[in-house]
Amino acid sequence: MNSITKTKILFYNYYKKLNILSLVLIFLAIAVLIFKGLNLGVDFKGGTLIEVRTENSQISISEIRESLLKMNLGDVNVKKFGNENDYLVKIEVSKKNNADFIPSINKKLSSDLGSSINFRRVENVGPKVSKELLYDALLAISLALAAMLFYIWIRFEWQFSLAAIIALIHDVIITIGIFSFLSYEVNLSIVAAVLTIVGYSMNDTVVIFDRIRENLKKHSKLPISDILNTSTNETLSRTIITSITTLLALLSIYIFGGAILKGFSFAMIVGVIVGTYSSIFVATPILKYTNVNSKTILKDEDNRTF
Amino acid sequence: MLYFTKIKLFIIYSVIIFLSVFSLNNFVDHNKSNFFSKKINLGLDLQGGSYLLLEVNSQPIIDRNLQEKLLNIRSYLKEEKIKYQNLKIKNKSINFYLNDKDLKSFEDFFLNKENLVNIYYDKYRSYEMDYSNIENNISIKYSKFGLIEVNNSTLDQSLEIVRRRIDEVGTNEPTIIKRGNDRILIELPGLSDPNRIKKLLGKTANLSFRIVSESEEDFGSETLSYESSDEKLTISKRVILSGDNLITAQPSFDNQNNITIVNFTLDRVGSKKFSRVTRNNVGKRLAIILDNKIISAPSIKEPITGGAGVITGDFTFQSATDLALLLRSGALPAPLNIIEERTVGPDLGEDSIKAGALSLILGFFLVIIYMLFKYRKLGIIADLSLIINLILLIGILTILGATLTLPGIAGIILTVGMAVDANVLIFERIKEEMKHEKSILHAFDTGYKKAQSAVLDANITTLISSIILFLLGSGPVKGFAITLGIGILTTLFSTYFFARHLSSIYAKKNKNNLIKL
Repeated sequence: MNSITKTKILFYNYYKKLNILSLVLIFLAIAVLIFKGLNLGVDFKGGTLIEVRTENSQISISEIRESLLKMNLGDVNVKKFGNENDYLVKIEVSKKNNADFIPSINKKLSSDLGSSINFRRVENVGPKVSKELLYDALLAISLALAAMLFYIWIRFEWQFSLAAIIALIHDVIITIGIFSFLSYEVNLSIVAAVLTIVGYSMNDTVVIFDRIRENLKKHSKLPISDILNTSTNETLSRTIITSITTLLALLSIYIFGGAILKGFSFAMIVGVIVGTYSSIFVATPILKYTNVNSKTILKDEDNRTF
Repeated sequence: MLYFTKIKLFIIYSVIIFLSVFSLNNFVDHNKSNFFSKKINLGLDLQGGSYLLLEVNSQPIIDRNLQEKLLNIRSYLKEEKIKYQNLKIKNKSINFYLNDKDLKSFEDFFLNKENLVNIYYDKYRSYEMDYSNIENNISIKYSKFGLIEVNNSTLDQSLEIVRRRIDEVGTNEPTIIKRGNDRILIELPGLSDPNRIKKLLGKTANLSFRIVSESEEDFGSETLSYESSDEKLTISKRVILSGDNLITAQPSFDNQNNITIVNFTLDRVGSKKFSRVTRNNVGKRLAIILDNKIISAPSIKEPITGGAGVITGDFTFQSATDLALLLRSGALPAPLNIIEERTVGPDLGEDSIKAGALSLILGFFLVIIYMLFKYRKLGIIADLSLIINLILLIGILTILGATLTLPGIAGIILTVGMAVDANVLIFERIKEEMKHEKSILHAFDTGYKKAQSAVLDANITTLISSIILFLLGSGPVKGFAITLGIGILTTLFSTYFFARHLSSIYAKKNKNNLIKL
C-alpha cells in the first residue's frame, strides 16, 4: 500500500516530450475549433429542443425528420436519446414561440407517425436570450480564470500564478476541443462542467504548488528540478487517490445519471483526467522555465496574507 | 491540533445534530407543517413544470405617448397663436420649426418644471423628454430616464395583469417576478402543458365595441377580419365602449339557442354610454372586437339599458371561459413575447429523480469502499466524515430553502467524490510524518497542521468557481453551484471538526502502538 508514497518517478525526464504533446494537442484543439466549430445547443444558438417519447416503437429517426421537414421549420435535427422510444428533436426556428407552435408540432408528428406522442421536455430559447446566455457563459469562464489567477498571485508568486493559469487554459481548450471533435452538444451544463474543471484543476495544481513552496523553504540549496520532482512525488499519491474518488463519482453519474447529465459528466471526466495531467506535466515544469528558486519564495515571505 | 475543549465539542456535535434533524426530515412524511418539517424544494426539472420568460414590448406605448405629446404641443402652440412649421414625428422624435421670438416662449413652457407635457423627475434630475434646438429646428424625444419610467410602469402594469390571469387559471404556487427592466419570469411547478397559459398571455385582450359601417367608403372606418374566419367587415374607428368599462364577465350556456356565450356587466359610466348608443343605433350591427379581430357583430334589436350584455360567437366552452377570464383580468398595456420557455413533463422529472438518486447512492458507495480499501481504519474515519458531510449538506440546503435541480444532484455527487480529498491530504501527510516521527500523537498533530494550507487552498479554488457560477448561471445550473459551494463548506467543517475529533480519539487510543498506515 505504501508503494505509491515511496515512488520516485523522475518526472522531469518526461517534461519535454509531454510538453510537446500538450502543445500539439492544444494546436489540434484550436484547429478543430476553428474548422469544425462547436455544436452549440439551443441555450446558445436559440431554437427549440423537444424530447419526444413515442408510444409506438417502430418509428425511425428519418420518419420523424421527414414529418417535421414538411412543416418548414428550417434545420431539423433528430437523434436517439436515452431509452428506446425517446428522441431528441432540435428545431432551428426563428419564429415566435406562440401558443400554437408546440401543439402544432405534436399534432403533425402524431398524425404522420400514427403514434401517440409525449413531449417530455420542451426548451425554446429566443435569439436575444441565447446571445445573453452565451455572453454570460464566456464571461463566467473568463471571470473564473481571472479569479484563479488573482488568488494564486496572492497566495504564491507571479510565476506560480502564470503556471497555474497556463495549465487551466490548457485544460479548458483541450476539453472544449474534444467536444468540438466529437460534435457533442455544448449547453449551459457544459459551461458549468468547464467551470468546475477550472476549480478542480486548480485544486490539484495548488496542492503541488503548496508542497513546492514548502520544499523550497526547507531545502534552499537543492536545484529546482529536484524540488519539483520531490514535491510531485510526495503529493502523487494524494493526486491519484483524489482523482480516483472523483472519477468514481463521475462515472456513476455518467452511467446511471440519465441522458440529461451525460454531456456534463463526460466533460467533467475529460476535465479531471486532463486537469490531473496538467498539474503534474504543465503547471509544474513552467515553474522550472520561469526560474523559480528559494529566493523568489523567501523574499516575499513577509507579504503573505495567510 | 488534536485537543478539543469541551465547549468546542459541544458546539460541533450540536451543529451536527441540529442539521441532521433537518436533513432526515426530508425522508419522513409529515402531516402538520412547521419549521422542522421543511423539505428541500425540487426544481422544475425534477418535479416537472414550466418556466417562461416574457419580454414586454413597450414600443407601442412609446409611439402612442409621442403621438399624444404631439397633440398636446400642437394645441398649446395654437392656443398661444405661435406659428410653427413641419410639426411631425420622425425617427421616434417630434420635430418642428419655430421663429426666434416664439422659441423663447415655447422653451419657457416646455422646460418649466411644473409643465404637464414634459414631466420633470426630481429623483433623476432629468426631464421626461430630451429637448434639442438646432437653428430653430426643434427636436423632442424620450430621454434615458423618460424611457426607464415608461418601461417601469409598463412592466408593473403587465406584471399585475399577468398575475391576475395566471391566478384565475389556478395553477399550483406560481412564481411571477420582474426580471431586469423589461422582463417577467414565470415558474409554474407541476404544469405539464403550458399552452393554455401561453395562449392567455399571448393576448393583449383589448376589447372594444364599435358600430359596423354601412358602406366601405365611410370616412373614419377600417376593415377588420373575423377571428374564426377570413370574412371581413368595415367597422367605424370610433370606440363606443372598451374593456375598461367591464366589471365582470362569465361564460354561460344559452339554452334557447344551444350555444355558449359570455355574459358581461358594465360599470355605471359604461352602461349609460351603452344604452345611449344602442338606442340611437337600433337596426345597425354592433361589432365586438378583441385585439383587432372581430368576435361577432350582431344586429342591435333593441336598446340595451340594464348594463349587462351578452357576447355571442363561435365559442367552445373552453374558449368562452378563456375570453371571460381575459376580460375580467383586463388588457395588457403592451404585447408580451415569450423569449424563453423550458417545460419538463412530470414523468421525465420522476425519471430524473430516480436516475439522480441511483447515481448518488452508487457513487457514494464506490467512494466509501475505495477509501476503506485504501486506508483501512483511517478509511472509516474518512467515510464517517463523508456521511456526516452529506447529512450536513442536505440539512443546510433544507434550511436555506434551496432548490434542488438535476445538476444540483450532480453537484452533490461531485462533492462526495471531492470531499474525501481533504481527508486524503491530511492522511497522506500523517503517513509522511510517521516516517520520521516516533509518536503517533505527534505525527497526527503535525499532519493536520501541515496539511491545513493545502486543504484550504484546494477548497477555496473550487469555492471561487462555484460562486462565479452562482452569480452568472441561470436555473438548473445555479442549483449546481449552490450544492457545490455549500458542499465545500460542509466538507471543511466535517473534515476539520468531526474527522479531526475522531482522529484525535484514534491517535490517543493507539499512542503506544506502532501502527502501520
